Amino acid sequence: MHELSIATAVVESADAAARRHGAASVESVRLRVGELAGVVADALRFSFGLAAEGTALAGARLEIEEVPARARCGGCPGDFAVGSPPSLECPGCGRSAAELLTGRELEIAAVTLPEPDAPAGVPPPSLS
Amino acid sequence: MMCRTVDLRHAVLAKNDGLAAELRADLTARGMTAVNLMSSPGSGKTALLERVLTRAGERGVAVAALTADLATENDARRLARSGAPVKQVLTGGLCHLEADQVREHLADWPPRATRALFVENVGNLVCPATYDLGESLRVVLMSVTEGEDKPVKYPTAFGLAHLVVLTKTDLAQPAGFDEEVFADHVERVNPGVEVLRSSARTGEGVDGLLDRVLAACSGVTPHRPVLARQHLERHGHTHAHEHGHEHAPEAESGPEAAPEGPDEAASDVIASPAGQPSDAVLQTVADGS
Ligand SMILES: Nc1nc2c(ncn2[C@@H]2O[C@H](COP(=O)(O)OP(=O)(O)O)[C@@H](O)[C@H]2O)c(=O)[nH]1
Ligand SMILES: [Mg+2]
Ligand SMILES: [Zn+2]
Ligand SMILES: [Zn+2]
Repeated sequence: MHELSIATAVVESADAAARRHGAASVESVRLRVGELAGVVADALRFSFGLAAEGTALAGARLEIEEVPARARCGGCPGDFAVGSPPSLECPGCGRSAAELLTGRELEIAAVTLPEPDAPAGVPPPSLS
Repeated sequence: MMCRTVDLRHAVLAKNDGLAAELRADLTARGMTAVNLMSSPGSGKTALLERVLTRAGERGVAVAALTADLATENDARRLARSGAPVKQVLTGGLCHLEADQVREHLADWPPRATRALFVENVGNLVCPATYDLGESLRVVLMSVTEGEDKPVKYPTAFGLAHLVVLTKTDLAQPAGFDEEVFADHVERVNPGVEVLRSSARTGEGVDGLLDRVLAACSGVTPHRPVLARQHLERHGHTHAHEHGHEHAPEAESGPEAAPEGPDEAASDVIASPAGQPSDAVLQTVADGS
């Protein structure tokens, strides 16, 4: 399944970020997924749990921010929602879009890490 | 527990994209151009490709083909009948090809004189669309029996195509396929893209497809899809550096991060604790493809 490959890439790169920042675990990962990224959010959520098993991401929350597709018109100054089913024809003037503004994102926006523990070697305060 | 948020803006497929870009440059240096063929299973990729490879031989053009198949080698055997060098990538159930799988096969293959390398992707119109394989020409195929509205059902695949090929046109009439409606749907997701009619039965479009490929081989810039014109972030923070943007002032409070890679190491932006993402990394860069 495709989303498993994506989820694995997400886990790898979030895991690397956690390590760079000295964190042993990850609280959450925020993903931005464009409407035209070709990725199904629900399938991705399911795969994420599988891909995270046995890594620093185990138990991490996956937050998916869906980014609507918008395009800039090539004929008038407007921009418009590409919509569903998608159309790159401007509803205002009928001309074709010059470029897509948003909608193909597939990126890790951020990871949330626990604060680092107290420096090693300092024993926890005794409760006696 | 206190938390800190590390702002990454990291493209999930950056690794594949990077490999694909390297592969494209490597192939160019070898005088070779890769063509990525994508469609649903059964649209006629192998049948058309077999004819194109055969025709290339007749026209004296050196071509080769790499074909992905879930489990069997049938496609490779069919393609090899053309006389062109053919290799099979067994994907072991993976539903798409990735750049590293393609690269693996290209160390000492195909022969040096090869100008065009055709890559028959796994039959699937969903995920192959998001994986760049280092191709310079991306062709999406669909047969006349698949319904005129397929392009809007698979907008990412059709929207990123440099060329759309309609296959099995010998069946257009019996299938009652409405080419105008189809062209309109293609235009909605990929304004300006060319639609080429083809049939592996009659041979229609075989020379046409080979001509488009040879044009790409000689460096003619293919159609540029609107969908490919979104500037996608690849290495936001690296570029934020290069463009002289300032990073968030917060210093990391944790242990010194051990740099692992040349790019993002030590340059992630910390918004601590759990604060606002910094706009220092909102710089976007052209995705170049
Ligand atoms: N009538 C007709 N049948 C075709 C044509 N091209 C392929 N086919 C048939 O469609 C089926 C699938 O073709 P194949 O090339 O294996 O599709 P692939 O899965 O996309 O590689 C086979 O039975 C072919 O004989 C064509 O142009 N006309
Ligand atoms: Mg095939
Ligand atoms: Zn896949
Ligand atoms: Zn307009």
